[in-house]
Amino acid sequence: MSKDTMPILREQDVVPFRNRVREYSTKIGMSLVNQTKLITAASELVRNMLKYAGGGQVKLEIISKNAQTGVRLIFEDKGPGIADIKLAMQDGFTTGKSLGLGLPGAKRLVNEFDIVSKLSEGTTVTITHWKNVR
Amino acid sequence: MERIPILKMGPFLLVTIQVDLYDRLALNLENDLISMVSKTGARGVLIDISVVSIVDSFMGRILGNIASMSRIMDAETVVVGMQPAVAITLVELGLTLQGVHTALDVEKGMELLHDKIGLGLNSEQEEEGSDDSDE
Repeated sequence: MSKDTMPILREQDVVPFRNRVREYSTKIGMSLVNQTKLITAASELVRNMLKYAGGGQVKLEIISKNAQTGVRLIFEDKGPGIADIKLAMQDGFTTGKSLGLGLPGAKRLVNEFDIVSKLSEGTTVTITHWKNVR
Repeated sequence: MERIPILKMGPFLLVTIQVDLYDRLALNLENDLISMVSKTGARGVLIDISVVSIVDSFMGRILGNIASMSRIMDAETVVVGMQPAVAITLVELGLTLQGVHTALDVEKGMELLHDKIGLGLNSEQEEEGSDDSDE
């Protein structure tokens, strides 16, 4: 269990997915606060994926760099894509009925955040959270 | 369909969330609680989230909705038992839980509700830490 892919197609997939993220972060001994941040960020991102792209898949992996160990999650969807990423990253911006905290909030919660989106092709969000940072 | 039980305790409704909420369950809770407030004329709602390990913006919005709807129906909402890690995460996420009162645990939450609706043992007059100074 150091690499895995989970399809997220329905709302019911969210809880098992969160549990899987928890397993990964527990496995490397991440602190409870960091676990909670990572799982919350992941929860925001799968919710976006379901809501705006009708689902997608998430790759989970444990990675190490220098002396650090962390969990990396890659959220891939084939949805409509995001027209203006800068706008989408602003607090309070939403095209749905949510609070508009999903993307910017998730970014604040993790150590590394990267988003790539192509209109009518899809969006990929990659987040990494290190075990010992913060 | 799975549902979260709502207990009536005098003028209050008590909800203990014992599972990680998925969206449908949270939405059902919102509906059930509001109908219960209407049906019972409850003056307060206490929600214990001490075993909830994740509160994301969706769940936060549900809590906020419950609070605003209850307030319109003349009931106060107190959320109690939030885990420290959840509180830290909520602040960084940027979620303010507007209109939601919070208390450390069920006992303190009950006291707060009593105060809010003016049933407190020591009512309005002595709010400002006057516990041992007067008389």
